[in-house]
This record gives sequence, C-alpha cells and structure tokens, in this order.
Amino acid sequence: MISRFRVLPAYYVFLVVLLYLPLMVLLLFSFNDGTALSFPLRGFTSDWYEGMLANGQLLGAARNSAVVGIGVSTVATVLGTLAAIALVRYKFPGKTLFLMVAVTPLLVPFLILGVALLILFSALDVDRSLLTVGAAHVVVAIPYTVLIVASRLVGFDRNLEEAAYDLGASFPYFLRRVLVPLIAPAMLAAWLVAFTVSFDEFVLASFTIGREPTLPVFIFGQVRFANRFPQVVALASVVMILSLGLVLLAQRLQSAWTRR
Amino acid sequence: MKGSGVRWALLLPPGLVLLVLFVVPVLMMVVTSFRPDLRGGPFAWGWEPTIEHYQSVIQGGDFLPLLWTSARVALLVSFLACALAYPVAYYLAFRLGRSTALLLTLLIIPFWTSYLLRMIAWKIILGSNGALNSFLSFLGLTDTSAPVLLYSRSAVVVTLIYVWLPFVALPIYAGLLRIDRSLLEAAADLGASRFQAFRKVTLPLSLPGVIAAFVMVFIPTVGEYVAPILVGGTRGALYGNIIEILFGDGINWPLGSALAMLMLVGVFALIVIAARVLRVGRLIEAVER
Repeated sequence: MISRFRVLPAYYVFLVVLLYLPLMVLLLFSFNDGTALSFPLRGFTSDWYEGMLANGQLLGAARNSAVVGIGVSTVATVLGTLAAIALVRYKFPGKTLFLMVAVTPLLVPFLILGVALLILFSALDVDRSLLTVGAAHVVVAIPYTVLIVASRLVGFDRNLEEAAYDLGASFPYFLRRVLVPLIAPAMLAAWLVAFTVSFDEFVLASFTIGREPTLPVFIFGQVRFANRFPQVVALASVVMILSLGLVLLAQRLQSAWTRR
Repeated sequence: MKGSGVRWALLLPPGLVLLVLFVVPVLMMVVTSFRPDLRGGPFAWGWEPTIEHYQSVIQGGDFLPLLWTSARVALLVSFLACALAYPVAYYLAFRLGRSTALLLTLLIIPFWTSYLLRMIAWKIILGSNGALNSFLSFLGLTDTSAPVLLYSRSAVVVTLIYVWLPFVALPIYAGLLRIDRSLLEAAADLGASRFQAFRKVTLPLSLPGVIAAFVMVFIPTVGEYVAPILVGGTRGALYGNIIEILFGDGINWPLGSALAMLMLVGVFALIVIAARVLRVGRLIEAVER
C-alpha cells in the first residue's frame, strides 16, 4: 500500500508542474521589458499592462466576448432548462430523437459545425456579426445546459408537484415557486459552463464572425505581430487570473450545495 | 400531469433552435457536397447532383492519406492524454485523506484558461528564439538557434496532448470513483496481489470512463486545424486545414463539404462503436422511464 502512494503523489506533482509551466512562462513574459519572447529576461516592466488598458481594439474584443458570452449563456440556459423539463417530466413521441439531437452538437467537430453554419448564413443572406457568433455558440452550449439541468431534475420528488396541485397551485405558480427554486443551482452552474464555453471559443467564431472580433479571434490575429504581442499576453494573464477566481467560486458554491 | 399545451411550449423553443441552427445547416452541407458548383447561390435549383467531389476525394491522391494522418494524430493524442492522466486520476480516486477536491481542481484549472493561449504558450516555448531554446543557450547547453521541435507534426501532437490532458482526468476519475471498493477487498481476500487486483478488477471497471475521455478528445482533435497553423508549419498540416482553406477563402465549398462529410461519417462510426461499448442505450432508457 505504501510504495504506491509515494510514486503517485510524485507523479501528480510532476504533472501539475508541467501543466502550469507554460502558463507561468506566459505570465513571466507579460512583465518582461522587451518585445522578444525569449530568455534572458530584460528586466521588470508594467508597460504591457498599461498599453493593454490603452488599446481600444483589445478591450473592445474582450467586451465583445463578454457580451456574446452573457447573451449565449442566458439563452442557452433558458432553452436547456425547457428541454430538460420536457425530457424528464413528460412523455412525447420522438423523445429519444430529441435527446440525441440536443446532445449531438457536442459530438460533431466544431470545424464541421462552423462550415455548415457558414453555408446556412450565406444561403439566408445573413450578415455575419456578433449575433451569428452567438447563434453558433448557443448550439454548442445547449447540450451542456440540458445535461446539467436534467441531471438535477432526475432526482426531483414527484410528490412535491402533486402536493402543489392538491393545494390549489396553478402550473405557472408551481413553476415559479417550486420547480425553478429547486433547479436554480443547476441553472446557475449551466449558465457558468455555457459562459466559459462561449468566452473561449475560437473555431465556430472564426467562421461566423463579422467585422467586430471576439477576444479569441482578435488574439489569433495578433499572433503574427511580435511587437504588440506582449500586450495580448498581459491581457491573457488578467483573464487567466479572473477565470481562476470564477472557477474557484463556482467550486465553492457547488460544494456548499452538495453538502446541504 | 398537465396537458399537452405545456409540453409543446417547453419543446418548441429549444426544438426550433436546434432544427434551424443545427439540423438544417448539416443537411445543407450534405446537399452542397453533391452540387457541381455554387452558381446561383446555396438555394438555387436545377443543378444536376454529382458525386465528382467524392470521386476527387477518393482518387485525388492527397486527401485520404491526410485524413488517415489526422485520424492517427487524433488516436495518438487521445491515447497518450488518457495514459498520462490515468495514474493521476487513480491517485486522486483512491487517495485517503482530505483536500482531494482541491488537488483535482488544481489539475483542471489549466483547462479553464483559453485553449488558444495554451497553444500560443507552446509556440513561445518551442520557437527558434523562443523560451526553451533561448533558455537552453542561455545556460550554454545549445548554441544553435534551430527550433527544437517547432513547425512539425510532433509539435502539434505535444501541444494537443498538453491542451487535453487536464480535461481527460475528470471522466477517468469519475469512472474510478464508481468502482465498488468491496470488489477490491474481495480480490485481496481471495489472494490476488495488488497488481492482479488492478489488472483484473480496477482496470476493466474503469474502462468506460477512459473510453468516454478518449472519444471526447478524439472528436475535436480529428478536426483540429488551429494547432497546425500555430505550431505545425507546412509539414504539420492536417485534414482540417484543407477544409478550413476551402471554406476560408470561399474557393470550393462543394469539395470542402464532401471532405467534411467524410470526416463526419468517420466520427459517427467511432461514436456508434463507443456507444455500443459504453451501453449508452441504457442511459436513454433511464431517461425514457
């Protein structure tokens, strides 16, 4: 028993160090006084962070991603919740087919979904913009929201519903006072997952984007401009720290709920 | 149970969105792959369906070998990511003591940082005057400025393993957690060594989680075209890069659609096999009830 638990912790530490090393390299170069991303380091500077705050295009792209992310996660959470309630609580013809269609977007490479949506939007003569990016992201966020909310509903006590009706509740009242409060934690978790999926997504966005870039599209376009790149790395470091905080917060909330 | 009105009010919004933004586009791609050209726009009628694009994919020398290369890269990346993550998932699942959740979170956090940036980090590390090379020559270990690994298929594989490694740990860990511990006690009571118990009990029972993780990495990797652009160079190009180019500049959408269809069929074949192994049917039945 003992030897196994010596090798494995060492391997765990090794792997975690390996996973964080590239991220640390990014962080290191965001404070390096020089445009070349190479050693030796030239000295400490906060220029890149100041430059980032003055870079309207960069901040605009970050704002676009946030706006798209909030819209996508809200729409996908609502649609996913509706689908999850229908799937868990009701019988209807074609249920298996509906479930499969709702989950399949995750099983198709994003490249293929991206070109398929490109064909659709050009056929319908829809100008590509942040809206089309949002539409694409909703499709791939729905599987997550459906599965997260449905897994919470599966454990739902049917007697609660009958009790509500016996006590004279209407369906909307039941929805508002019983069902939604019950699945609210799952809806919040679904919202957060959908947001992170959208905020970070590049492939679908690159096929459906118009003139206004999202952050990943903007970053991809900056890779070839070496002299401005440290600013992008600086912003990336900020986003990294922020998302770390968000993930830890979500973890906290989730463990608080499961303990209840 | 309330009437059918509620049922349709619940089903219609998500159903319509999935129909218009998922089912219809994929069907349009199927149709496009049989068109001789795009004259008259995507909704034009009166063209003769043709299989010339599929013929040129099959006879056209480079396409099928490259699809095979993409499949091999995806297999290699998925296999190595699962193999490297397994011991860690095992450690966390069978670890005694507190803060296992924290250790798991620590492992997964890199996955929640931008996927593009993690690839760019590797571009910086592997570049010819990048971090790894300049660090090595700074230490006096190398004096060449030739990139160690950048702009090759190996760089693509290494980068993608790095990107997916934290992600696969989760399903493998979940699979290991589900294993009934009394089975391991029984194995020990019956005189199995620790290695025998692992090989005959733990490993087979953990395979569903591993297969799920494998498929979840394989699908995005087989269509990958971003990593080849960033770290692969011309020698590291994959099947996805051809599709992206054919659509990117609007050169040949019908041929691009045919190429995409071929990949989609391959992916679905793999999913059907994996679903057989994982018995997804039971999951659906559980929801049906």
